Amino acid sequence: MSLAEAEAFEISIEATDDTGGRWSEAWQRLRRNPSAVVGAGLVLVFVLVAVFASTLAPDSPNAADLSHLRPGYIPGPSAHHLLGLDQQGRDELSRILYGARYSLLIGVVSLSIGASAGVLIGAVAGAVGGWVDNVLMRLMDIMLSIPGLLFAIGVAALLGRNLQSVMIAIAVVNVPIFARLLRSSMLGQRDSDYALAARSVGVKRWRIAVQHLLPNALAPVIVQGTLALATAIIDAAGLAFLGLGSADPGTPEWGRMLAETQSFLQSSVQLALFPGLAIVLSVLGFNLFGDALREALDPKLRR
Amino acid sequence: MLKFIVRRLVQLIPILIGLSILVFVWIRALPGGPADALLGERATPAKVAQVRHLYGLDRPLYRQYISYLDRTVHLDFGQSISTQRSVSNEIRRRFPATIELSLAAMVFAVGIGIPLGVLAAKRYLAWFDHVSMAGSLLGISVPVFFLAFLLKYIFAVKLHWLPSIGRLDATRVTSHPTGFYVLDAIVTGDGGAFVDAVRHLILPAVALGTIPLAIVARITRASVLEVLNEDYVRSARAKGMTSRTVDRRHVLRNAMLPVTTIVGLQSGLLLSGAVLTEIVFSWGGMGSFLEQAVFARDFPVLQGGILFLAIVFVVVNLLVDLTYGFLDPRIRVT
Repeated sequence: MSLAEAEAFEISIEATDDTGGRWSEAWQRLRRNPSAVVGAGLVLVFVLVAVFASTLAPDSPNAADLSHLRPGYIPGPSAHHLLGLDQQGRDELSRILYGARYSLLIGVVSLSIGASAGVLIGAVAGAVGGWVDNVLMRLMDIMLSIPGLLFAIGVAALLGRNLQSVMIAIAVVNVPIFARLLRSSMLGQRDSDYALAARSVGVKRWRIAVQHLLPNALAPVIVQGTLALATAIIDAAGLAFLGLGSADPGTPEWGRMLAETQSFLQSSVQLALFPGLAIVLSVLGFNLFGDALREALDPKLRR
Repeated sequence: MLKFIVRRLVQLIPILIGLSILVFVWIRALPGGPADALLGERATPAKVAQVRHLYGLDRPLYRQYISYLDRTVHLDFGQSISTQRSVSNEIRRRFPATIELSLAAMVFAVGIGIPLGVLAAKRYLAWFDHVSMAGSLLGISVPVFFLAFLLKYIFAVKLHWLPSIGRLDATRVTSHPTGFYVLDAIVTGDGGAFVDAVRHLILPAVALGTIPLAIVARITRASVLEVLNEDYVRSARAKGMTSRTVDRRHVLRNAMLPVTTIVGLQSGLLLSGAVLTEIVFSWGGMGSFLEQAVFARDFPVLQGGILFLAIVFVVVNLLVDLTYGFLDPRIRVT
């Protein structure tokens, strides 16, 4: 099971029942929660770095300056290059900053595709029920029977070495997670008082589903989306670590940068440390924020 | 209980069939089809036709599926393109290494994660709770291969406390009746090899076990908190039971149920995380096997390896489900 699945499980343990006005209340609680603020700050920095990488970076991520390299020696941090040079004489800081772009792009695109497809499948299954529900959910079970990252490796290897295949691979892995989450969240509300009330005054079934069940089922999906972004960044790094990712060897993907510096561990550990820390900080941001959001939206913790 | 076991086994059948179809379709979805994949760069139209005939790829799809199923049931996953060796033999040789690593990581994760989660729940909203939950969130945020890197650098490269790569010292000569090196050392009564194998196991197991540890701790905490609010806990307390008895008989027993499921689901994270961890520590298991296959686009290896690990994952979860049914009689009837 991937992290996202574990979190989906955690969310489902703390099953939600809904009453109105929780978004504004959640907002109040988020503002007062220090870990939400830290998480949001990290996410904001990550997004800003990704968007403005070309302005912020002191150098081009691919401009190689070999004159400073000696066999067995790679210059570390200095006033000129704040994070030093990499094994090919490129400015490490610039590469880290540009790397945020790839992480954000892969995360957002793959999650948009995966979550939309999953939500659609889950909503149809939850609203229609019967054999449609049965068939769709068994399909999701089959997809979940392959451990997440292995599934992604299979899909990405099949589609070839490029960024699109990594995005599709991570999207595919997310589909069953969102489908199950949305379905169970809708089913949990089908017997709620307001659904019963709507039914008793003769509102049609699909209308109850679209107007009442779906909007109320979205809170866990939003929480899950935040947390799944964290997992998507980690998985993308893992795929890049395995050599799946952009075909261009100069691409400053954090996972690939980590993988490429394995043989320099003894002499230049900073080359592994910086991309690793970049991954940890951005992932931690989404995890902190998502976790705080989950707590803020959990009616049981409302006191 | 028997009915419950039978029902679970029956439910497994569509999953396994679906999984086999998925993997069967997967290799056929390749651009150029499996023949191209098998030949790699040597593919010429004549050779492709020859290979298609040789592997029966020119036969109707359902016939291909049936023979594929027949081979898979007999654990025949075909041959590697790059080494020409049997994929099943290679899996048989490497899988014990991956299992040994995953089990050690699981022991680490459960052994520390459950007490940590229980303690955090008991100290709900106190500093211990905050610190351990923040720590576990950090634990979830570290990619397994980066953690493996850090541990290797600190404890092997810098401090020289533990070995950095492999499963045993390269100079050690021992026999391996089971393929599980720690077990082998016990079976052959080789004390030196035992210490050596355990020393090699520590860093990879800690790296691989940290994320599951964090998740187990969080789920345990959530689950204990949930149970602490139950009426039966209040009643037990009201009856005047000591808090230790309440914890043991009522809280832990019930709180451990969701944790059991999570531990089963973690096996998927362990198996895929093991692939990455093994690469960092040059651990001769499924990881390097799959890494080389990705690199060489060796599709029979990827197909066999992923299908095999998925089956392991499904079976582990079946066993966990059965355990759950055994622990909680309510599950058996629903």
